Amino acid sequence: MSFLHYWRAMWGIIGRELWRFIKQRERFISALVRPLIWLFVFAAGFRASLGIAITPPYETYILYEVYITPGLVGMIQLFNGMQSSLSMVYDREMGSMRILMVCPLPRWFLLMSKLIAGVAVSVLQVYVFLAIAWGYDIQAPWQGYLWVLPALVLAGLMLGALGLLLSSFIKQLENFAGVMNFVIFPMFFMSTALYPLWKIQESSTLLHTIALYNPFSQAVELIRFALYGQYNQTAFIYTLVAFIIFMSAAIVGYNPSKGMMTSKKGAE
Amino acid sequence: MSAALAVEQLSFAYGDKKALDDVAFTINTGECAILLGPNGAGKSTLFALITRLYDTRSGSIQLCGFTIKKQPSQALSKLGVVFQQATLDMDLTVQQNLRYHAALHGMGGKLAKQRIQEELERLGMYERRAEAVRQLNGGHRRRVEIARALLHKPSLLLLDEPTVGLDVPSRQAIVEHVHQLVQQQKIAVLWATHTFDEIYPDDRLLILHKGQIKAQGTLDEVLMQTATPSIHAAFAALTQQGGRE
Repeated sequence: MSFLHYWRAMWGIIGRELWRFIKQRERFISALVRPLIWLFVFAAGFRASLGIAITPPYETYILYEVYITPGLVGMIQLFNGMQSSLSMVYDREMGSMRILMVCPLPRWFLLMSKLIAGVAVSVLQVYVFLAIAWGYDIQAPWQGYLWVLPALVLAGLMLGALGLLLSSFIKQLENFAGVMNFVIFPMFFMSTALYPLWKIQESSTLLHTIALYNPFSQAVELIRFALYGQYNQTAFIYTLVAFIIFMSAAIVGYNPSKGMMTSKKGAE
Repeated sequence: MSAALAVEQLSFAYGDKKALDDVAFTINTGECAILLGPNGAGKSTLFALITRLYDTRSGSIQLCGFTIKKQPSQALSKLGVVFQQATLDMDLTVQQNLRYHAALHGMGGKLAKQRIQEELERLGMYERRAEAVRQLNGGHRRRVEIARALLHKPSLLLLDEPTVGLDVPSRQAIVEHVHQLVQQQKIAVLWATHTFDEIYPDDRLLILHKGQIKAQGTLDEVLMQTATPSIHAAFAALTQQGGRE
């Protein structure tokens, strides 16, 4: 298979995903409404009760809305990663996954392309969210909006790979509600998205430890620092390693001899 | 004639339940093979193995000389598939669905456009290329799926009960079209069906029951092997012990 074949196939997969996203307006709107409610309602309500000390990357006292914006960006990517995996389970039940799996390209490449397509959609959502936040006076230095792009790509890849991994184990669409309860919510709430680590430590050492090692926290910190033009090496390495682990496991999960299809019974 | 599909000593089990047991057959280029079998005979498992949705653990499958397990990309590039389930994206147009498939097979824009036009025209669907698949009826959706499966000019076309749920005219149109393809394009076809009126006299029959090939050959050969007067009687004789349902 030539390089051109890979290139065309990848763009075909990305193009399809973007087009579907644009066509499904409800998905686009709900992806935006969720973080905006957190920003406009939740953060505004807690503004007075939560004081935020000066911690890097911030150089001055900040409002709570400013603090949670990177966390909400992470939330968009977390939900998008899970949404992509939901669509994989749906595609598998509906059969369109078969068309992808039967094309003459290695499975790891097809999964990677699916993942990149999902990341492209999430990056689009994030920039629209950041533009609205800008209008709400939550403004990072302009360079930050460029620096955040690679951080968004890596965070999106890691969260999308986690979604892919989950989708390789979820056999039916109905089981997906469990993912919401057991993956998305714990990951989100036990992280630095809503409150800084030092604040968590004040109330619970255990929660602090969980939040510290939660890959979602590291992804959020990577985004937070990048948005203010700074590079957080720990967060970068942690997110990268988490991505490699999740992706490798997902590839194994989708291997025809090990995962996904072999447990199918009674299809005829 | 060379073999488009060669299946040798193929066995497969779900746990300790055998779905295929030492299956062997070949389909040559320009040949239409009809795979008949009751529910639970192992047809879908066989298709899942040929399309590499399952891994071949015992035996081998070769497509145009490429072993599916060792050379999956080369083998799959020779294969066109119409699955039993509808696999088109309902929200996209006919053309977008086909372009997606063309991209997966590495076709450039110009070639894809040309091939899409050729295949849709052949099936009388070109005028409807800009319509969303959701707006098409079942028969037309099937035609689009056949056009899609042929875009990359495969050597072997797999059809898994493609006429299920279609009305008689739509079914006949698809049966005729596929047989024309075999004659004119010299493509090899493996067609799983429950319906005997889809069989043409020159077709090769493969009768699968309880994971084993019970008979294979032309209609006349199968009738001679089973000493029966019709395909209905032959099928009944070969599968009288009942399916696995």
